[in-house]
Amino acid sequence: MENILLRDKVAELEGYFAAGGYRALKKALAMEPAAVIDEVKKSGLRGRGGAGFPAGLKWSFIPKDAPGPRYLVCNADEGEPGTFKDRELILKNPHALIEGMAIAGHAIGAATGYIYIRGEFVAETVKLEKAIAAARAKGFLGRNILGTGTDFELHVHRGAGAYICGEETALLESLEGFKGQPRLKPPFPAVKGLFAGPTVINNVETLAAVPAIIERGGDWYAAIGSGKSTGTKLFCVSGPVNKPGVYELPLGVTFKELLEKSCGGMKEGKRLKAVIPGGSSTPVLTAEEAWMVKLDYESLAAAGSMLGSGAVIVIDDSQCMVKLLQVLARFYHHESCGQCTPCREGCGWLEKLLNKLESGRGTKKDIDTIVSVAENMMGRTICALADAMAMPAISFVKKFRSEFEAHAAGKCCPPDAPVKH
Amino acid sequence: MAFVTDEFKAKAEKICAKYPRRDAALIPLLQELQKESGYVAEEAMDELARFLNLPYARVKAVMTFYTMFNREPAGKYHLQVCRNISCHMAGAPGLLARLREKLGIAEGETTKDGLFTLSAVECLGACGAAPVMQVNDEYFERLDEARLDALLEDLKHGRLRARDL
Repeated sequence: MENILLRDKVAELEGYFAAGGYRALKKALAMEPAAVIDEVKKSGLRGRGGAGFPAGLKWSFIPKDAPGPRYLVCNADEGEPGTFKDRELILKNPHALIEGMAIAGHAIGAATGYIYIRGEFVAETVKLEKAIAAARAKGFLGRNILGTGTDFELHVHRGAGAYICGEETALLESLEGFKGQPRLKPPFPAVKGLFAGPTVINNVETLAAVPAIIERGGDWYAAIGSGKSTGTKLFCVSGPVNKPGVYELPLGVTFKELLEKSCGGMKEGKRLKAVIPGGSSTPVLTAEEAWMVKLDYESLAAAGSMLGSGAVIVIDDSQCMVKLLQVLARFYHHESCGQCTPCREGCGWLEKLLNKLESGRGTKKDIDTIVSVAENMMGRTICALADAMAMPAISFVKKFRSEFEAHAAGKCCPPDAPVKH
Repeated sequence: MAFVTDEFKAKAEKICAKYPRRDAALIPLLQELQKESGYVAEEAMDELARFLNLPYARVKAVMTFYTMFNREPAGKYHLQVCRNISCHMAGAPGLLARLREKLGIAEGETTKDGLFTLSAVECLGACGAAPVMQVNDEYFERLDEARLDALLEDLKHGRLRARDL
């Protein structure tokens, strides 16, 4: 099928416009905001950042009679290990995001939008700022858009290096100029979000899908995909495959198809051992579990994992699962914001246990402690970062216990062995 | 003021205007200060706090929370090697070891000539092109030892290839 998001020749405004761009904005501005929200609800579009929450429903949570300014925020703080789709989307099709935001702004009654982009993405920031300036010059952004009396001003805000700012309330704190520490909910951002105003926060890929939905209809979009997982998804594949990269495919495609048809299979001499299907926070699947699994929200949940951000990390049998979990534990320990004890202490404790196993000083009891610490972190913190550490920890041990036991018996992989290409 | 100059203030006002509250510009303004000198000095934080009418502690707390801010002068080229899962599998530990050996410094250190600072960083969001290293604002992808060596030679001669924007 044709791509909706990753298209060629639309990186500049002229090309985007020639391909029918900004027609959806014109159409949306002639519609009642509630009708725009209904169309997005009908499409079944769900959050592409990881949580999979229905986008139209999220928009409808903005209280209709709330006084004061409302805000639309785009989460472009792409940081979930394995994920690199928003970056590609911004470089290839920035105007789909900008148009989607202008439409969403109209739908929720927001006259100001911010794109919170991770600090490392300098080229992507420049690209977005140029695209916004071009759209403003043509009257697609700013005051009195296309003479309709609707205002929508869009700003780019660069982060400064903190994984936690991908969590939506941490992102809001950061956007307000504070440390990125998640907020207690309620109140939810729809009621009290950015600068205490009603706020919707959506991922880049979610917002970029909106123009096509408005132009071609929610029913058209809902017909793509599988069941309640509608539309296309950007899958980011990394690991020892022949053609790693970002692929736009209908939700519900099998892992086998993604690997063999899109990625050209495993690299020569590499045998599939495991797959992390939705970014480093999602539970790992064995090769057997992953092979025929359909990549959509429901099927991956049924398989005991999650679609997450669509970051498919392919692991071959030359990799040590204990080492990889150590790499992840170091990451989550580093990125824990420190607010909640189970996360701050738990991530560090797991990292220490894994360091111990990796260095050959570990025992069988340490393996059980990993599981017990992880289980006691889950669901006991303000945000999901603790769960994001616990889920890989529990699943790695459960599914690859023999590798952990080999380490406890002193059969370790050499420390930091350079991996041969 | 040595850091928050009149020129800086003019730029800062434009940035503050993007937000309904001036203190929301704190992070972008720290980025502007870092752009000037490669790091944010204590005195600069102090001046920025006064400019935004914020307690110094707020500026320091924010500054130390985010990893991209340097509190000390960094080398002319800041080599940031991603060591997260996809880059790890693609050979990041070997790249880091080679850089340590060739530059004679450990992670977090700067070479005596002030040319290179070496850091190991977490996921840079370019996993399909692993292993990846960021040098200042640029990404260098699909690195192996030969490409890394060639890049170091380029940098020693002051050549940092810019990406086609």
